[in-house]
Amino acid sequence: MSLSITPLVASAIAAAIPLLIAALGELVTERAGLLNLGVEGMMLLGALAAFAAITHGAGLPVALLAGMLAGAAGALVYGFLTISLQASQVATGLSLTILGTGISSFIGRGYVGYRAPETFEPLPIPGLATIPGIGPLFELNVLGYAAVLAIGAVWYFLQRSRWGLELRSVGESPSVARSLGLKVNRIRYAAVLFGGAMAGTAGTYYALAQLKMWQEGLTSGNGWIALALVVFATWRPARVAIGALLFGGVTALGLWLQTVGVGVSTFALASLPYVATILVLVSISADRQALRRHAPAALGKPFFDGD
Amino acid sequence: MIGFELVRRAAPSRHMQVLAPVQAVLLTLLAGLALFAALGQDPLRAFHEFFIAPVSSANGLSEWLLKASPLCLIGLGLAVAYRANVWNIGAEGQMYIGGVCATGLAIHFQDSWGPFLLPAMIVAGALGGMFWASITALCRARFNASEILVSLMLTYVANMVVKYLVFGPWQDPQANNFPLTVEFQDDALFPLFAALGWEWFEGARLNLSIVITLVAIPLAWFFCERTFAGFQLAVAGVAPAAARYAGFSAPRAVWVAMLASGGAAGLAGVSEVAGPIGQLNDRWTPEYGFTAIIVAALARLNPLAVPFAALLMALLYLGGESVQIELQLPKSISQVFQGLLLMFLLGSEVLVRFRLRRRREGGSVQATERSVDAGARRSPGEGQR
Repeated sequence: MSLSITPLVASAIAAAIPLLIAALGELVTERAGLLNLGVEGMMLLGALAAFAAITHGAGLPVALLAGMLAGAAGALVYGFLTISLQASQVATGLSLTILGTGISSFIGRGYVGYRAPETFEPLPIPGLATIPGIGPLFELNVLGYAAVLAIGAVWYFLQRSRWGLELRSVGESPSVARSLGLKVNRIRYAAVLFGGAMAGTAGTYYALAQLKMWQEGLTSGNGWIALALVVFATWRPARVAIGALLFGGVTALGLWLQTVGVGVSTFALASLPYVATILVLVSISADRQALRRHAPAALGKPFFDGD
Repeated sequence: MIGFELVRRAAPSRHMQVLAPVQAVLLTLLAGLALFAALGQDPLRAFHEFFIAPVSSANGLSEWLLKASPLCLIGLGLAVAYRANVWNIGAEGQMYIGGVCATGLAIHFQDSWGPFLLPAMIVAGALGGMFWASITALCRARFNASEILVSLMLTYVANMVVKYLVFGPWQDPQANNFPLTVEFQDDALFPLFAALGWEWFEGARLNLSIVITLVAIPLAWFFCERTFAGFQLAVAGVAPAAARYAGFSAPRAVWVAMLASGGAAGLAGVSEVAGPIGQLNDRWTPEYGFTAIIVAALARLNPLAVPFAALLMALLYLGGESVQIELQLPKSISQVFQGLLLMFLLGSEVLVRFRLRRRREGGSVQATERSVDAGARRSPGEGQR
């Protein structure tokens, strides 16, 4: 048995990237005050659109665009119901996941067993990619590099830009934001659409960079783990990255233990990420004060622009 | 821009509370016809195959009730929980564990417990569902963790528990490595209606487990509408601050909501493994636990409306299977319908609390109806300022 941890790090990072992408999108949505539980559904819609595009001969950029648009389309439905029609955010998010799962398995039926003709392949940075231990960080595919850049970009946008300030104020107190002349609903739509496009990108990653073939429900609950990551990160981008790596690490550890064959059931190892999610949620949420300090004050609360 | 805008009603509309679900069902039907047409099917034939053909025989009716019963049972539990604003979305996992606990008794005491086996399995199933739900209740009530995420994560874990058992210790040695347990003996199965002398159901799979559901409907109604505990739960859901002020314990509301919905889901699990399935395998449910969320929502959390919502959702399952056989369409089309129905319902419910009004031109008219401040803010010219 090799003692090198490099392959373990590599598979941790591979598992972390899509979680990171989806969680960053949901983080922006939630900072604008909207809790979108439809991440899993939007990811599946994105995965399906990207896979269909690539199978019908589109290139990778077009497939990625299709994935982003499909995720954003799901988000648009969510936004219309919750922002314009005042529907319950929890129920709408759930129904988006149900609908997205249904559509992706209905249309995806025709693609089951197909391999993607073109996929996102690693682009190692010469010199850096061979460093033991952290080398895998420099051997990502283009979506992976973009995800790493997105951590800084989202942080800069939220904390240092005027638009980010406006978005955060909408998430803290929409009525005050409106009285300052901000177009609350327009900003919320933008935040929701961004979250959808990111979830679609994460779905694209599963379809065209990780599995590289079509499989029903190929996101296997990772959309929900991304939601938990946002809570774990207490709504801060850098911590999302740490959390994603942690969860990727747990997944990778489970896979690694399966291959080396310790005396633990594969099913116990496969449930590790889900158990870890619960433990993390419990430990973060138990500190009610800290949670309240960091959570967007208007998160999940309906806001009616007409009273 | 010409269009409509929402105006908040002084009080929720009673008419729309009834009409919103009806409107959602009609919109789903229209969308369904359009979908069938888009798939190149004759919409009327597809409609017939989907909604009429599956239930136009005694066997079809039996299958309909057989599917509606667990949906109704879980839906009742979820209606109780959602009234308290406790979002248990892990009923699927609680149902798995209910089925697992019943199976444990069935395969270990097949030969020794005789007529006491089935009642013991029913109790074990309910307790199993409650146990699985209690993990979520603990995380929520004691540690403030989101019950939505915890109950959902536990569903994935429960799925792994089932897989571990049917691929491992509980696997039938004669099953050629298929992931399933031995088939249950008669003592571990609900008696069929056909076997009780109901000739009309000869050959059909309908069994006595629907009695559990029939008892649960009035019980859930009585609990919600006629008991103090049910009232406390509703107050905790609608007005948490008022509930606190009245001294109603919020953690207790979480526990009651989770245990009631978990127990109901566990019972549904028993009625499946000891009913039409007759064993435990790794894919024994068509996601009743998730569909029941739609059942509870469609019934607007009213226990007496839950059976009708459950019948409708069960019909969607049967329709999906029917068009898969007759028209070679994937049966996941029923999941698309489920999602659409819930979306349309959420969109329609806006009319309970709001009414539509034609948007008027110019800011001056609006200003007379709102405070001057609000009217000026929303005037059409504002964008060009």
